[in-house]
Amino acid sequence: MYVYQEYDQRLLEERVAQYRDQTRRFLANELSEDEFLALRLQNGLYIQRYAPMLRISVPYGLLASRQLRRLAHIVRTYDKGFCHVSTRQNIQLNWPSVEEVPDILAELADVQMHAIQTSGNCIRNITTDEFAGVNPKEIEDPRPWCEIIRQWSTFNPEFAYLPRKFKIAVNAVPDADPALIGVHDIGVQLVHGANGETGFQVWAGGGLGRTPMTGAIIGEFVPWQDLLAYLESILRVYNKYGNRDNKYKARIKILVKALGAEKYRELVEQEFAELKGGEMTLTAEEVARIKGCFTAPDYQSVDTAALDAKLVEDKAFSRWFHTNTRAHKQAGYRAVTLTLKRTGRVPGDISDEQLEAVADLADKYSFGELRNSHQQNMVLSDVAANDLYDLWKALDALGFATPNLGLLTDIVACPGGDLCALANAKSIPVAESIQRRFDDMDYVHDLGPLDLNISGCMNACGHHHIGHIGILGVDKKGKEFYQVTLGGRGDKLSRVGEKMGPSFESEEITDVVEKIIKFYVEKRLENEPFIDTYERIGMDPFKERIYG
Amino acid sequence: MGKVIIDGAIVDNQWQRLEGDTLEGELPTGNIIVPLAYWQANRDALLSRGDVAVWLAPGEEPKDLEDDLAALPLVAIHFPAFKDGRGYSYARELRTRYGFKGEVRATGDVLRDQLFYMTRCGFNAFEVREDRSIEEALEGLNDFSVTYQGDVNEPRPLYRRG
Ligand code: HEM
Ligand code: SF4
Repeated sequence: MYVYQEYDQRLLEERVAQYRDQTRRFLANELSEDEFLALRLQNGLYIQRYAPMLRISVPYGLLASRQLRRLAHIVRTYDKGFCHVSTRQNIQLNWPSVEEVPDILAELADVQMHAIQTSGNCIRNITTDEFAGVNPKEIEDPRPWCEIIRQWSTFNPEFAYLPRKFKIAVNAVPDADPALIGVHDIGVQLVHGANGETGFQVWAGGGLGRTPMTGAIIGEFVPWQDLLAYLESILRVYNKYGNRDNKYKARIKILVKALGAEKYRELVEQEFAELKGGEMTLTAEEVARIKGCFTAPDYQSVDTAALDAKLVEDKAFSRWFHTNTRAHKQAGYRAVTLTLKRTGRVPGDISDEQLEAVADLADKYSFGELRNSHQQNMVLSDVAANDLYDLWKALDALGFATPNLGLLTDIVACPGGDLCALANAKSIPVAESIQRRFDDMDYVHDLGPLDLNISGCMNACGHHHIGHIGILGVDKKGKEFYQVTLGGRGDKLSRVGEKMGPSFESEEITDVVEKIIKFYVEKRLENEPFIDTYERIGMDPFKERIYG
Repeated sequence: MGKVIIDGAIVDNQWQRLEGDTLEGELPTGNIIVPLAYWQANRDALLSRGDVAVWLAPGEEPKDLEDDLAALPLVAIHFPAFKDGRGYSYARELRTRYGFKGEVRATGDVLRDQLFYMTRCGFNAFEVREDRSIEEALEGLNDFSVTYQGDVNEPRPLYRRG
């Protein structure tokens, strides 16, 4: 992972001092609520329903075991003993106190972590494929590029007060979209040019939340040297022309849509013409330096005979292996997902003790590193095949081996009404109720791949628009209701789901999901995944069954 | 007359910024900063005075002033609210696109916690909001000793500084 230099560390320490002083001035009434609001948001601190929420940055989801241990210490000392993995690969604390945030930041800075730009109208955490660097399908490791973008975006003086928040994701897989670049403000797709040289196809104007939409291609092929100049051009156009009067119309997606992709590109090209070839041009030395931080660990040659035997012998292990582990670039290794979705657990929640246990497992089995996924799971990316059985046992004991990755009960859900002040409705109890209804793991496996996402309001933190089944909390005369969408996809086709019809009461929503599933099972062709059945037969038959 | 930070020092403010409604009738004597629209309407008369500068509101870009920059000693960029960040791009354009060498002044909702970024974008003068201590605001210029990106004062990003 990226190795901090003296200056990276100094920057973090100066940040802690700055934020400590800002907090002091706020508490001494030298800063107004409104002034402090912008400052604390740039530091990931929301004031929520019951307490503040602090979002800790995990650049492109990558964590080292010592960082996990520090997080464990922090959630034990400053929170209620657990934290939450977010859909943008970050970590959230739900109960810190405003006064203690500077101390939390100091603890984080010790292990090269921070909360810089994790919310507010600035460039947020750069996200990517949780299997980056080990995914056999990627054309190259996207993480060095994420790190290069991270440094450019960190305290970028021109883009701290944008019209609205700004999210960038990077993808290096040609025929899939594991980083959801289609629904980001900027999506960066690594591509290789005619002579094999690295470049980027750059998308802009995607986003979920209100008025969800997918982005448009702005840059067809941006040579690697020009990546930052190109991003800066897109940002400058947005900073100047994005809507500042209405926050619901302020995201770049609205501007791109209003101007049209063609016009937006023209404006970007004007800026780019000026920046191209200038001081921002990336140098081969710098790229090599950053790439040098992401070299392959010390892989060994692995004899997989024992694994093969176990797979035959132990059915439960085999199911977990086939569901929760993924192919790896390196022969003899697998990438293992820890599903944080056992029934009864808040999706994405993890306790202090579990963080420590996972840190130990990372040290023992995966070169001391771990990733957060945008599905609110965690990944041990480099596990030798002959360690898998032992690892599985250990994960099972921790409750992280539920073999449901990518299946119906691997539900993505925002904190919703239990914690979030903006919520129309709760999400966590809905997730739990659905998990309980579908407690037969054979049945869930038989259903095949299915994304179910829940958001407590239209801000869409639970990515409901891109769930094959999406559930959105709405408020009807002060009561919690749920609207269902079908057919969303967070894959290469990146599609926003379609509303099924009138919303449902909380008591009904689990029955409705069950009816949808039953109907799908009736209609599916052999082994046909839900999304394919939906696209084959369309919305109307589903509607008829549910409302008819 | 109030105080202003110029090039890192607190000095007397020699300029008076005029809003639209103070521009009826006779203009005051001494250095004045007028709105863009007023400048455009009275350009020739104001140019001959020699002690007139222009301020830009959000939505008014340096491009609108392009032909006059050589004749202007100062351009002010006004922040009605500190959260409106358009002015950062305007300052940067003044310096890097148009090569403006005069004073670039931030006016309006100008506060300590934004000064560091503003300096990096090319502002060299700050009229700190009146209810705030200008001495404390000055400290804001020293918040960081490390910058990753190039900026107006140091065009090279960290990786090119050697
Ligand atoms: C609990 C406090 C939270 C608050 C107050 C909050 C607030 C918001 C708001 C206002 C938006 C909409 C912004 C817009 O459309 O411009 C949003 C979007 C989003 N939030 Fe949250 N959020 C919270 C928690 C979370 C959590 C826990 C996650 C991850 C699970 C998350 C991930 C996201 C994502 C992915 C989006 C949508 C991305 C997009 O619009 O393109 N947020 N959030
Ligand atoms: S989707 Fe709404 S309810 Fe859920 S966390 Fe986001 S803002 Fe809160």
